[in-house]
Amino acid sequence: MSNKPVYTIPIGPIHPALKEPILFTFDIQGEVINAVDFAPGKVHRGVEWMGMRRNPVQIVHLCDRICGICGVSHTLAFARAVEQIAEIEVPERAHYVRSIIAEFERIQSHLLWAGVAAHELGFDTLFHLAWRVREEAMDVIEYLTGNRINYGIVQVGGVRRDFTEDQFPRIRKALETYEGLVNKLVTLFLEDTTIKLRCMNTGVLTEKDALELCTVGPTARASGLKMDVRADAPYAAYGDIDVKAILPDVYADCIKGDVYDRIVVRLFEVVDSVRIIRDLMDQMPAWPVLWETRYAKILSTCKKAEGEAIGRVEAPRGECFHYVRMNGSEAPQQWKVKASTYSNQMSWLKILQGEQIADIPIIVASIDPCMSCTDRVTVIRDGSPDVMTKDTLHRLSVEKTRRLQA
Amino acid sequence: MIPMITAAVLGCIGIAVYGMFFGLVLQGVDRKWAARMQARYGPPLHQPFIDIAKLLCKDNIIPKNAVKSVFNAAPVIALAASITILLYLPIGSIMPVLGGWGDIILVIYLLTVPGLAMVAGGLASGSPYATVGSQREMVTMIAYELPLAIAVVAIAWRLNAAGVADPFSLVTLAQTPVWGVVGIPGIIGLLLLMLAIAWVTPAELSRVPCDTPEAETELCGGLLVEYSGKNLALFSLSGAVKMVAMATLTVVLFLPWNLTWFIPLTGAVGIVADLAFFVLKVLLVVFFSVSLIRVGMARFRINHLVTFYWGYITLIGFTGMILLVLDAVLGMGVVA
Repeated sequence: MSNKPVYTIPIGPIHPALKEPILFTFDIQGEVINAVDFAPGKVHRGVEWMGMRRNPVQIVHLCDRICGICGVSHTLAFARAVEQIAEIEVPERAHYVRSIIAEFERIQSHLLWAGVAAHELGFDTLFHLAWRVREEAMDVIEYLTGNRINYGIVQVGGVRRDFTEDQFPRIRKALETYEGLVNKLVTLFLEDTTIKLRCMNTGVLTEKDALELCTVGPTARASGLKMDVRADAPYAAYGDIDVKAILPDVYADCIKGDVYDRIVVRLFEVVDSVRIIRDLMDQMPAWPVLWETRYAKILSTCKKAEGEAIGRVEAPRGECFHYVRMNGSEAPQQWKVKASTYSNQMSWLKILQGEQIADIPIIVASIDPCMSCTDRVTVIRDGSPDVMTKDTLHRLSVEKTRRLQA
Repeated sequence: MIPMITAAVLGCIGIAVYGMFFGLVLQGVDRKWAARMQARYGPPLHQPFIDIAKLLCKDNIIPKNAVKSVFNAAPVIALAASITILLYLPIGSIMPVLGGWGDIILVIYLLTVPGLAMVAGGLASGSPYATVGSQREMVTMIAYELPLAIAVVAIAWRLNAAGVADPFSLVTLAQTPVWGVVGIPGIIGLLLLMLAIAWVTPAELSRVPCDTPEAETELCGGLLVEYSGKNLALFSLSGAVKMVAMATLTVVLFLPWNLTWFIPLTGAVGIVADLAFFVLKVLLVVFFSVSLIRVGMARFRINHLVTFYWGYITLIGFTGMILLVLDAVLGMGVVA
């Protein structure tokens, strides 16, 4: 084994295994991964830069476009941060509307991931099935918000559209569809021999590693960490209903933290989301859904606001974190987006170690990476990308603070 | 001598055209079936023809660090070898063009040539993906050759034990259904061998779950990753022809019956009826051992693939062979 030559395989920035650009460099011995390194920053679009030149009402729409899948999570996190700074009281019903859309987003995001995972395993039939089933959630989202993606429903101080009673039967129909499908999906994904063969004991992330690497969301929960922003720090309407972190032991006997457990967590979160939406619909309070209908008032309130706040949201992929600082001008002084993949990506180094080439796609996909959410910086100097060391970053941040203080 | 050579040459050209055409049709049918089973509409039946036509119009791109001669020769060898296999296989009631010059052992050897050409081409293309793909292809070949050989040898031996002369000849195999000479244990044994061959087919054709050497999501096409244009078209054609060859081999070994054996049809009508029946049998084989398997499974990891073929499929093959031996021993008047 040890006398086999080590060779390097680059995967990315563009590769069929990767849904978004990122560069992996693998040192391979035979079929086994010896060492792995990755370089993100291939889809940096300067969203924060754009945002810091716009007012919060405009930024909300920019937030929708940070990620194509979790459109509502980023917007919600940003809106919550701004609402805290400007001390805007969001109406009760708006919280419910936000939560229902967020849960539908979780359903469609997890099903999309399930399809991608099946495709990475070479199981295209399951991929087509998962994506067909996902359409029901997409249809409901379009029915409620007017858009399949980039919903544009959340705004500072509430939501732009209300749900009416006569829209509820369509939502209930979708929920019933998913309740009817649960057993089928569980059988197909969790009892299939080839999926078990490929996913069990593959890409194992122990509970200790998951904690030390600060993983979030389904990746952390699959390793047995009981953490879910909806339960730990309830936002929107989640305080009113019962939300528990889903761990793999809802299905399996023990928690291993492998790829299979990540499938389990995501599938059962879909089931849980259906229940949460039902609960939310049952106790939806009455109108209104906006703190203030006049944009001028919202803008002037935001303009007057001073201070800093964070917005945390449990996105389908894990915690989505927005930091906003306002200093009484139109645009925020500082806006920082930390997507869940930013926290999860370092676990790749751990879980890819010692695995086979064949498992690279499914292991990379198993943390449900979203590079365009994550990429906040890219360094190109003289046409070549540079690696920033800790010292350089520290020096740069000190320089920036001095600049701000001057 | 001269007319014989002329006939052989014409036959070869005819077989080449037939093999490529029928192979592409089979691929189209397979894609349509798979799409239907996945609740998709699927591409039109003639999509493989469009693909080949497009590839033939495109430039060959040869990587800088490729070994040019091997890189360019590999697709030609692969296609030539695939077509050569068809020269030894009967089509319906039409006996093989070169039936007198080779037997089923030769066919088994020839079946490995397109694979070896792909390995050579992959290694010559100087890409790490292709290198890994080539290594996997070699391992895959080692894994599935044994069950294939077991099935072929067992059937020929059983025919020999039943007193059939020249059992390895494809003419004999095509004219003597092995099912006719065996008893109950033999039938069970043959069914097991049929199962083994049905599983060897996807490996031989590099289809899911055995597309490990090409593995789109891992190796972006593996040993074919650097191929483009005409070279890729040749490889695609070789794959199509190989599909015909594998399906025909299964038909010859296990389903050799012709329609004219049951219904008295003579002349051209008989040949056409037999051909239609043959196409039906080939489609049946393709449906079960290509389309059905590939929509129902995920891709194997290379170590799973080896375990699967050396463990389970070889075991099934051996059991089938032992049952055939047992059948011959128990059978009347047969010396084992």
